[in-house]
Amino acid sequence: MDNNLGLWAVPLAVIGGAIRVSTPILFVSLGETLTERSGRINLGLEGTLVLGAMTGYATAVMTASPWAGVLVAALAGALFGLVHGLICSMPRVNDIAIGIAMMLLGTGLAFYFGKPFIQPAAPDLPAIPLGGWSSLPQVQAALNINVLFVIGIIAALALAWALRATRPGLILRVVGDSTDAARALGLNPALIRTAATALGGAFAGVGGAYLSLYYPGSWNEGISSGQGLMAVALVIFARWSPVNCLWAALLFGGAGALGPALQSVGVTQGYYLFYAAPYVLTLGVLIATSSPSRALSGAPGELSITK
Amino acid sequence: MAVADNNIMQGAGGRLALLRRAEPVAIPVLALVAGLGVFGLFLLTQGRSPLAFMAYVWQGGFGSAFSWQNTLSRAAPLLMAALCVALPARLGLVVIGGEGAIVLGGVAAGALALPLAAAPGAAAVPLMALAAMVTGGLWIGAAGALRHYRGVNETISSLLLSYIAIALMNHLVEGPLRDPASLNKPSTAPLAEALHIGDLPGMTVHWGLAFGILACLLSWVLVEWTTWGFAARIAGGNVRAAQVQGLPVGRLMVGFSALGGAFAGLAGYFEVAAVHGSANASLAAGYGYTGILIAFLARHNALAIIPVAILLAGFDASSGLVQRRMDLPDATMQVLQGIVFMAILMSDAAYGRLPFLKAKG
Repeated sequence: MDNNLGLWAVPLAVIGGAIRVSTPILFVSLGETLTERSGRINLGLEGTLVLGAMTGYATAVMTASPWAGVLVAALAGALFGLVHGLICSMPRVNDIAIGIAMMLLGTGLAFYFGKPFIQPAAPDLPAIPLGGWSSLPQVQAALNINVLFVIGIIAALALAWALRATRPGLILRVVGDSTDAARALGLNPALIRTAATALGGAFAGVGGAYLSLYYPGSWNEGISSGQGLMAVALVIFARWSPVNCLWAALLFGGAGALGPALQSVGVTQGYYLFYAAPYVLTLGVLIATSSPSRALSGAPGELSITK
Repeated sequence: MAVADNNIMQGAGGRLALLRRAEPVAIPVLALVAGLGVFGLFLLTQGRSPLAFMAYVWQGGFGSAFSWQNTLSRAAPLLMAALCVALPARLGLVVIGGEGAIVLGGVAAGALALPLAAAPGAAAVPLMALAAMVTGGLWIGAAGALRHYRGVNETISSLLLSYIAIALMNHLVEGPLRDPASLNKPSTAPLAEALHIGDLPGMTVHWGLAFGILACLLSWVLVEWTTWGFAARIAGGNVRAAQVQGLPVGRLMVGFSALGGAFAGLAGYFEVAAVHGSANASLAAGYGYTGILIAFLARHNALAIIPVAILLAGFDASSGLVQRRMDLPDATMQVLQGIVFMAILMSDAAYGRLPFLKAKG
């Protein structure tokens, strides 16, 4: 069979890229959905993503187990989320500003401790070759699906169900919609928000581990370049729904894959402009879905960013 | 009992007023010291001496005429980058995309290097600075406009705009604006000799410092002594109240954001005209991010930005020396900035609560 797909290689590479690139965005946006549903915003997840990438990679190098890396990245993310949650529980402390500081601190710590791990190679996370039926290497590559992507889809569905139908989900929604109503029910809003922020951080940490352990699959200082922040913005686009987070992450993963896909078929003009595509798309989506006058549909009532 | 308390309060009125004025200075200073303390503990866990660290920072940032000039040269862009955060903050906006305005301001100035090569410096220099300011102003002004007219959160939009700006710079510098002579480091055409900005008289610090300080003074006058500044502060306190009063909240938001962006653009201009001699990727040096920290440390007060920027510039200037002598990674300064930033933000919870800042009663 002819292996030269011509221009068809571009959509195929974009689909493959969407699946590969979307996983970290999916995990961060799921974590941020949880946090924002509790009425708090964590802009620091960009830092958590980088920290998760570093701790996951370092652990995988030292233990030779990528799954140990994922676990440690989740723990590091949870710890970072916990710190964010506790600080934001203090009076008059601005959660958006704390997020910026956590972003700075998280990337700083990751670069500081990650310096010795730029050289050694860590074992990769396993992938499922769903494209094995095809003889075309491009199709095989596009459908080489990582286990974490599958876990992310399951997590999105599970979170959607949990928020809709379980008692903890209901508690989270009440706290996010009205602090007063939550207090009237005898709930402790600060405690629940802190727990939701820690859990959200754990998700972002796993997203980071995917970056360093699968795609691009190495640890270096340019590993995230704003993906964590885009994911935070995407939660608004996804209307705080975990299932929508999945579609949004795929869309943005595809946008991120467009530049490299075009470059692979020889379109090198404006490479950097294509590189900006996900940021432009995120901004465009924010502009299109925001409104100056009314609260966004589905927005948690206590969320500062939509007020 | 209540009457007695009241009497003491009145008796201590002068002292109380003094304490009220001391609090906004004392709390950030204490937070800075606390942050440095936590960073010192971090260094101890790394087997490094915090005292040696501070000694090298002093030596590298403030210990000699040479290090002072290094510090002041770095303070120039930081002053203007901090204004990009502090001015919109008066309206309650958290703008963190100053890096993008610096970068595009620098590119706008660099783009004029060829068309203005033959023009007299007296006309070309202000034109280049103006182009940089307009570009930076439009960039951050857009974030302010999106916030007011579309309800888009300015923190996220300004940071996305900053990533877009850096991609745009890379595109322009590697493509349409690239000087064919710049081989391994793509740059715009080098500025003609007449377009270079020299040093302040008697120093080896470029004119950007003077303009940075002037920008801070002008911003302070604008915020504290003009009706626009007054209106902005009202809108920053309560948008609804400002709208009810008929204040042009939208125009204030766009205007203050654009002015902040214009100053950041000017910082980019000086980086091109006084430091690099052309626009290239070194424009994205992280000044925009340090500016965020400076503005928060200064509590968004334009006058306070001047000493704080010089302090942080000193940390920046000494970082090479500290890394070499103590064998620390280059991210050490970022860890320090992160910890100090956290301490400053946490200190917001301390206002009105510090026992020794209260009148005894």
